[in-house]
Amino acid sequence: MTVTLPPGRDDATESEPATAGTSRRRFLGFLVAGPTLVAASQIAVETQDPTPAAAAVPTPPEPGDLYDLGQLQVLATKATSNLITVEVHKDNTVSFAVPRAEVGQGITTTMAILIADEMDVPLDRVHVTLSKARPEFQFNQLTGGSNSVRSLFAPVRHAAAIARKRLVSTAADRWRVDASTLTVKDGVIHSRDGRSATYGSLTKAAAASRPLPMSAELKPTAHLKLIGKSHNRIDAHAIVTGRKKFAMDHVVRDAMPTMVCRPPTIRGSVKRVRNRSAVLKMPGITDVVTVSTGVAVRGRTFGQCIDAVRALKVTWADGPVGHASDADIIAALHKNEIPLAVPDVSPLAKTIDVAFTFSFASNSPLETGTAIADVRSKSAEVWACLKAPIVAQQAIAEKIGMPLDAVTVHVVEGGGSFGRHLFHDTALEAAEISAKLRKPVKLMWHRTDDFRQGRVHPMATSRIRATVQGNNVLTYEQRHTSVSTSFGHGFGDLISSYAGTLPGFNTLGLAQTVFELSQNMPYEYGVTDQVLDEVDMDFVTGSMRNIYSPDVATARELLTDLLAKEMGLDPHKFRRRFLKDDRAIAVLDKAAKVGNWGRKMPHGTAQGIAIHAEYKGFCAAMVEIDCRPRTVKRSIEDAYTGPRVTKAITVVDVGLPINPRGLETQMMGGMMDGIAVALTSSLHLRDGHFLEGSWDNYYYTRQWNVPPTLKVIVMPQTTNEPGGAGEFGVAAAKAAVACAYARATGRLPTKFPINHDEPLGFAVLPTTPSIPQSPTNGLQKTY
Amino acid sequence: MPKHTFILNGKRVHVDCPGDVRVLWVLRDLLNVHGPKYGCGLNVCKACTSHINGKAFNPCSVQIADIKPEDEIVTIEGLAGTVNKDLHPMQEAWLEMDVAQCGYCQPGQIMAAVAKVKQARAEGRKIGDKDFDEIRNICRCGTYHRIREAIKAGEKKM
Repeated sequence: MTVTLPPGRDDATESEPATAGTSRRRFLGFLVAGPTLVAASQIAVETQDPTPAAAAVPTPPEPGDLYDLGQLQVLATKATSNLITVEVHKDNTVSFAVPRAEVGQGITTTMAILIADEMDVPLDRVHVTLSKARPEFQFNQLTGGSNSVRSLFAPVRHAAAIARKRLVSTAADRWRVDASTLTVKDGVIHSRDGRSATYGSLTKAAAASRPLPMSAELKPTAHLKLIGKSHNRIDAHAIVTGRKKFAMDHVVRDAMPTMVCRPPTIRGSVKRVRNRSAVLKMPGITDVVTVSTGVAVRGRTFGQCIDAVRALKVTWADGPVGHASDADIIAALHKNEIPLAVPDVSPLAKTIDVAFTFSFASNSPLETGTAIADVRSKSAEVWACLKAPIVAQQAIAEKIGMPLDAVTVHVVEGGGSFGRHLFHDTALEAAEISAKLRKPVKLMWHRTDDFRQGRVHPMATSRIRATVQGNNVLTYEQRHTSVSTSFGHGFGDLISSYAGTLPGFNTLGLAQTVFELSQNMPYEYGVTDQVLDEVDMDFVTGSMRNIYSPDVATARELLTDLLAKEMGLDPHKFRRRFLKDDRAIAVLDKAAKVGNWGRKMPHGTAQGIAIHAEYKGFCAAMVEIDCRPRTVKRSIEDAYTGPRVTKAITVVDVGLPINPRGLETQMMGGMMDGIAVALTSSLHLRDGHFLEGSWDNYYYTRQWNVPPTLKVIVMPQTTNEPGGAGEFGVAAAKAAVACAYARATGRLPTKFPINHDEPLGFAVLPTTPSIPQSPTNGLQKTY
Repeated sequence: MPKHTFILNGKRVHVDCPGDVRVLWVLRDLLNVHGPKYGCGLNVCKACTSHINGKAFNPCSVQIADIKPEDEIVTIEGLAGTVNKDLHPMQEAWLEMDVAQCGYCQPGQIMAAVAKVKQARAEGRKIGDKDFDEIRNICRCGTYHRIREAIKAGEKKM
């Protein structure tokens, strides 16, 4: 990171006492040479990290409490923070190309808030775009682990502060006054004698002709106007008017609709296409070509591509999973489970064992896999929603046999991710098709394929053995045995590169490292041991929102209710007594109070409460569930109804909330996910493929499952650092729903979602043809 | 190739394509109207919800041959035009409640919401939980709660 900068670190050690939310420490940044002002952050690693890695050695059994995955990610991004730049334009706007993906989590809004606040410019004049893949970003162009705000908070504010200082000093020079006498309001600098200049009018004069180091300080907390206040999304207007562009809304010359006919088993492959020439003659179809994932068709409309995919007659080879079904995978997991230890405790201690199974689930967003690729003879251009675009660029370059710098990868906004876009499956496939055809393609996965052939949250079992004596929990051992989870190379390389420097982690595999660094134990449960064992079975997996935590926490919280019962304590009181951290107790108490915990509930209904600690924050959920037959069996056409969560409260403490309103939305989404994976949504594996093929098969939360009463409470600031938000709501919500269900029915659920083994509520779509035809009776269903 | 014509967002449009092409692809692929989204093509996810002659419908499940020349189709792009404003009251409510996350489903959600309010109004009642439970539109980001709040607010403004 010193490449573009002369030495000058001493400057960065100057500091003033930290105030809430910000550090008044002086830091070093620099100006990038150019015609208008471009300011960059540069963070001196040795002075910025209050708890350097070496001083925070994670010591099992609870490493995630001390040093978490997010800190590892923050550390990995620091070396390239000098590439975080804000640019001031003549039209008085400020721009920042964020090296992250926007998939609905609101990172562009958060970035705009940080810049606007530091520079005193109106929020709507900050334009945040998504950076194309830039390999020089290394580990700093990766979106995952709810880490973007944690890793960008400091460098983005630093770059903005440098820009502001330079503009103010430029005005001061021009007016021959002391810079400290000038004030800024709404992007206009004012002098005491009434002169004023806009940022835009000064940007040319403020520009540097060569890289120029500068030091600056952040605004004092008391002067911050936007951070900590609620703001709407900056793209909300574009969304409600239909103008926000997703991958398939971009118009690239000659990029015609393209779809792929996919195999009847997971990752099966093409042996032979029996009617290629007949399909080529179908209306609108321009191309039919075999690729590594199936048979691609390109045509005038997606509708005609659907017709062509359905018409294709293909002989397939089975994929690596063969014709396995759910029961085979459960058996394989059981076979690989390592027996729980016999704890060395008093013979008077009571042992409580529990075991749970978590089904396969889909992280498919509403926008299916989409990408545009235009591969030419000497260069290629790709547009896709990518959370690890540098890795995608490398994979695409390798696949099409081009040097890296010949491949441009644009990151476009995504219609959800939930972990799916950590992978570049669709972008790579589009590039392969375009390379084979030598034509631009607009590739879109069919919904049915997105469920059946897309990445899945792996099936897992979670077993816990706890020992109790009197009013103490002596031991807690949790063994999570899972079909292995892919993290993608972006995330994987980051972890492998940095985890090796942490004592005790150099012998762990990638997944174990992620597990260890993300699992906290919020309770005083004595000798605690949480271990992940993985079984590689060649499934196409991925990390679904909140990765392991929703399953691990659900098992832990159900066990916690059993421990409470054992000690004759109410679930809320028991948790209060055993929680380690006052912040955890505060969110728990708040949830109980707001949710009216302990009120008398009718038979067949119950409350549930749960807690989860991660991302240096705390989250509590309290729900009420109705499991009475008249509710469970309520009839809605083509809908799975089931037990209904009638009230849901989530209380979250993320340390420093930057945009409480945005945080609330993330927590609400997490609650909907938690309800889904607890009660209704899973994939059923049968005969080598997943049965679910539409949203009426895969029961993600729908309006008829939404709690009529729902509340999110964002706790006031408790620390000086923002925590994670995007994934944080899922685990506590899922666990609270599971606990409520157990209390309402008097039965401990051992398989999730709880409806997984019920008779299927839908007619299974065929696997050949691989996708269903669109209906034609839409005009009979108007309302 | 057969020619088709209808009124789209207040303007007459013409398109040449086989009659079995679904209206969603006519809008998106042939007319470059991208507000209605693809989420399933099965009339399940409702991401493409638009209006035909004032009623909600899903263009993924209607063949262009079934559209008559006098039919008026309105997509999210034309919604505000139906009330001669920059934004329809329901869009304003969506902004006030900051409903959207990724935004992919929201054009369809708004079009469904407007139709649902009109439907309740035609039946002489205000919109309520039972109506919300009938809205089938998927939001994978889970904005359902704010959708409910926004529909109630939008109803008051409509």
